[in-house]
Amino acid sequence: MYNFNYHRPSSVADAAKLLSSASEGKLLAGGQTLLPTIKQRLNKPSDLIDLGGIKDLNTVKVEGGKVVIGALTRHADVAGSDAVRKAIAALASLAGAIGDPAVRNRGTIGGSLANSDPAADYPAAVLGLGATIHTNSRTIAADDYFKGLFETALNPGEIITAVSFPVPEKAGYAKFPNPASRYAMVGVFVAKGPAGVRVAVTGAGACAFRQKAMEAALAKNWSAAALDGIKTSADELNSDIHGSAEYRAHLIGVMAKRAVAAAG
Amino acid sequence: MALQMGASVRRVEDYRFITGQGTYVDDINRPGQSYAVFVRSPHAHAKIKSIDTSKAAKAPGVVAVFTGKDTAADKVGGLICGWVVKSKDGQPHKAPAHPVLALDTVRYVGDHVAMVIADTLGQAKDAAELVEVDYDVLTPVIDPVAAVKAGAPLLHADAPGNVCYDWELGDKAATEAAFKSAAHVVKLDLYNNRLIPNAMEPRAAIGEYDRATDTLTCYSTSQNPHVLRLILCAFIYGMPEHKLRVVAPDVGGGFGSKIFCYAEETACTWAAKKINRAVKWTAERSESFMSDAHGRDHQTHAELAVDKDGKFLGLRVSTVANLGAYLSTFATCVPSYLYATLLAGQYTTPAIYAEVKTAFTNTAPVDAYRGAGRPEATYVVERIVEIAARQLKMDPAELRRRNFIAPGAFPYQTPVALQYDSGNYNLALSEALKLADYAGFQARRAESERRGKLRGIGFAAYIEACGIAPSAVVGSLGCGVGLWESAQVRFNPTGSVLVYTGSHSHGQGHETTFAQVVADKFGIPIENIEIVHGDTSKVPMGMGTYGSRSLAVGGSAIVRACDKLIEKGKKIAAHLLEASVQDIEFAEGNFKVAGTDKSVPIGQVVFTSYVPHNYPKDLEPGFEESGFYDPLNFTYPAGTHIAEVEIDPDTGVIAVVNWAAVDDFGKIVNPMIVEGQVHGGIAQGIGQALLEGAVYDKESGQLLTGSFMDYTMPRADDLPSFKVGTTETPCPHNPLGVKGCGEAGAIAAPAALMNAITDALGTEIDMPATQEKVWRAAQNRRMRAAAE
Ligand SMILES: Cc1cc2nc3c(=O)[nH]c(=O)nc-3n(C[C@H](O)[C@H](O)[C@H](O)COP(=O)(O)OP(=O)(O)OC[C@H]3O[C@@H](n4cnc5c(N)ncnc54)[C@H](O)[C@@H]3O)c2cc1C
Repeated sequence: MYNFNYHRPSSVADAAKLLSSASEGKLLAGGQTLLPTIKQRLNKPSDLIDLGGIKDLNTVKVEGGKVVIGALTRHADVAGSDAVRKAIAALASLAGAIGDPAVRNRGTIGGSLANSDPAADYPAAVLGLGATIHTNSRTIAADDYFKGLFETALNPGEIITAVSFPVPEKAGYAKFPNPASRYAMVGVFVAKGPAGVRVAVTGAGACAFRQKAMEAALAKNWSAAALDGIKTSADELNSDIHGSAEYRAHLIGVMAKRAVAAAG
Repeated sequence: MALQMGASVRRVEDYRFITGQGTYVDDINRPGQSYAVFVRSPHAHAKIKSIDTSKAAKAPGVVAVFTGKDTAADKVGGLICGWVVKSKDGQPHKAPAHPVLALDTVRYVGDHVAMVIADTLGQAKDAAELVEVDYDVLTPVIDPVAAVKAGAPLLHADAPGNVCYDWELGDKAATEAAFKSAAHVVKLDLYNNRLIPNAMEPRAAIGEYDRATDTLTCYSTSQNPHVLRLILCAFIYGMPEHKLRVVAPDVGGGFGSKIFCYAEETACTWAAKKINRAVKWTAERSESFMSDAHGRDHQTHAELAVDKDGKFLGLRVSTVANLGAYLSTFATCVPSYLYATLLAGQYTTPAIYAEVKTAFTNTAPVDAYRGAGRPEATYVVERIVEIAARQLKMDPAELRRRNFIAPGAFPYQTPVALQYDSGNYNLALSEALKLADYAGFQARRAESERRGKLRGIGFAAYIEACGIAPSAVVGSLGCGVGLWESAQVRFNPTGSVLVYTGSHSHGQGHETTFAQVVADKFGIPIENIEIVHGDTSKVPMGMGTYGSRSLAVGGSAIVRACDKLIEKGKKIAAHLLEASVQDIEFAEGNFKVAGTDKSVPIGQVVFTSYVPHNYPKDLEPGFEESGFYDPLNFTYPAGTHIAEVEIDPDTGVIAVVNWAAVDDFGKIVNPMIVEGQVHGGIAQGIGQALLEGAVYDKESGQLLTGSFMDYTMPRADDLPSFKVGTTETPCPHNPLGVKGCGEAGAIAAPAALMNAITDALGTEIDMPATQEKVWRAAQNRRMRAAAE
């Protein structure tokens, strides 16, 4: 770890100010991604701006047909929220299967989405439910948010404040964990609701993406069998020592069916 | 007093471990200590054109920056390999220089290039980034088979063809003849995957120099502090042993990787004198991944000759083993004497011939890892026997039974040097079949198939040679040390006991098991006994812990010392009871005149020895004795493990659904600790078969599995609940009748599990049985089935 200045602002506005005035400022949420890279000297921020002192960023509300989750809400709090479980059970169980208890007790939804790890779980839910990302300056539709490998629509200095998920009729998530990291090697989130029928895939590509052929099939017939024979092209999918692109493409099919089965 | 032998006494060391009060090397802080960081090679193979340390030396807090030039100027010797293995042509193995800090070439990613010492760890890290190394990058070779082919990049000028040795064991002509007469020949090619040990505690060292006494101290995460002292003094520094103290305090797991003398503790201890200040280094996890000695990495072709009735006639095995870039401390003996000598397994195979070629490659050094050679041997034997059963369409249990060495045949001389002392292989197999409900397997398989799942069952009837080892025997095979063990048993005047052992506990529970042995010997409460280990300034010269030797060899040394004390006690008791020594018996804490009710408790005898007012004239006062024990033979733990798996053909996910392990460890002192050792060993074996595997990029030589993000360790939910049982044929040649249990699980499990997986898949795959590999095999199976 290199030395840095530490700040703990009490409002989003102050955080934004600190961030813009720092030469190499970084927001700190749960630190589960950021701190390891800092410790390994792969990241060298001049200033760390800890969002932990800002009130109201870690609230969970269900209102107007939407689940609104503050950016600083821990994975464990989403997993343990009765309100979330009642409204979108798949979202609660997704959060409950992120990492291990220590990670879930520290890691936040805002941090996960800002980071946009290709193997992270939340992106599948955000895209699969057609959620909206709220920042300190605007709202961003899920479809416009994920841009590439660790790349999002966030501008430099922009801070995620909340994510709102329209409550679906049905939703399900199936994760095939990477055996070593237990991140998603392939995760598929399926939903039918206000945002239409959606199939979102994480882990397999540079960032979360929608599987449109499966969406069309499920729109006609919401059943696992409707996905029979629908293939995903392995072109552009990730390939590593744990799984080739071809294997991931195959797993998308298997996980999509399991997600539909889980959604009921 | 209840007998302690055979009781599941709770581990006395666990209170301090579970409450975080252990003292590991990193918990030790010496006055004024400085911190070392090693600059490591980012390249797998490169010439060092120049190293510029000037910027680093001027950085804040920096005390010193050392390179290979400095160690060479101080005549610090290179790291050594302590076992000479001779090639077929009689030449000793090639032992290229292994400098503590690289001189002009780096040979693996993580190789040590420079050492930066500063007041704080942060300053040392900052300065390490300022060391400028100019490399001329060379082509690396990673694969051992590729390394020994003509034209491969050469690692060491004095090891032509990258070959360390080309060795053989067994009767080649007899084996060839056996194959000529065989009804069937079964063939197998296999890869025994390379493993990274991953002890929970990373390696660490503190070197300290006391100017007043001109004495060095090395705190090290060592499994064998005296061996480390011997190597450092006699081979590396060239200094007298009484001027170096090695302390191996609580050590958090070793699995073999902490047997060896590494560059880091060598450099820290040398540097401490240079700068007259303590120097501390603790490995970061990524350093552990790249620089701890790795394990296994064999490529093998094996053939088994079988007659028409399923009797094994001959076995021939040809292995290429990877030794990495340099020889680690015992690297040479692992794929030779600890491997090929076990190729008879539990069977009467009359003719065996093995040849092993070992290769230098641009990877981390490879050395002993839990089982060390014996898992590799069991994997060859038990895989090929299982495949033989399939090809002969015989029940795998029945094929094994036909070939087992009979219980009455011991001592049994195998064709590969070892003489097995005892065993009952059929008994363990029969017990395991019951435990695994083998009879119900076909019904379970049918039930799985109804759910679209593939089910398989697999056996491993393993054997190992433990209790390492008779000094004269290993000496004749090239080992540079004796493999006896020491003990010292000291009563305090008021009856409590200090036991000093040359064994070292780094998870095994010696503080409990050894205390049980002593408590039983003297008939005293276990609370009155303390086991002391891991400090060369306290404990007599000892050889340490590896090869499941602690109880069989170290425990036997303790028994020796206890017996001497009992003999002495008899003399004192005879004096006190006014009887003749011949009439004194000792049992349950009392010295008694045989056939009378006259007795004196041991406490009084001990007290009398220290307050000898009324005492035999010709007897020395005090109650303390040493014992050294050199085993008469190896011990031969053996047993059968049966694994059962269910595979999801859609994803390739394997669920290990059933595990039965029946082991013969001879006499058992603490069943709970033994069970724990079995569980841990099986978990590691399952890890090897399913999950683990060190992967280097073939072109660049970068370690692709350099963190837990990519190197898959077994976790609790990868494992079933184990059903374990034991059989007992006591070891006939050590006083406790014990055989050792530390490695059995890791030896048996990979073969059992791969036999189960390949049974389910109906096709061969290599370890690790990753999900994708299994999925592909399951798809092929489907296609084959559809075609039929
Ligand atoms: C062992 C382990 C296992 C894990 N397993 C999984 C898993 O299975 N699935 C999974 O999805 N994830 C997993 N993670 C990642 C985990 O979910 C992290 O919590 C998450 O990726 C980052 O969230 P954080 O709150 O810790 O963010 P931090 O690490 O604090 O920050 C991450 C990045 O986001 C930025 N940031 C944080 N908050 C905001 C904000 N509000 N607005 C803008 N930028 C912001 C930071 O500046 C930083 O660049 C794992 C992590 C670990 C350590």
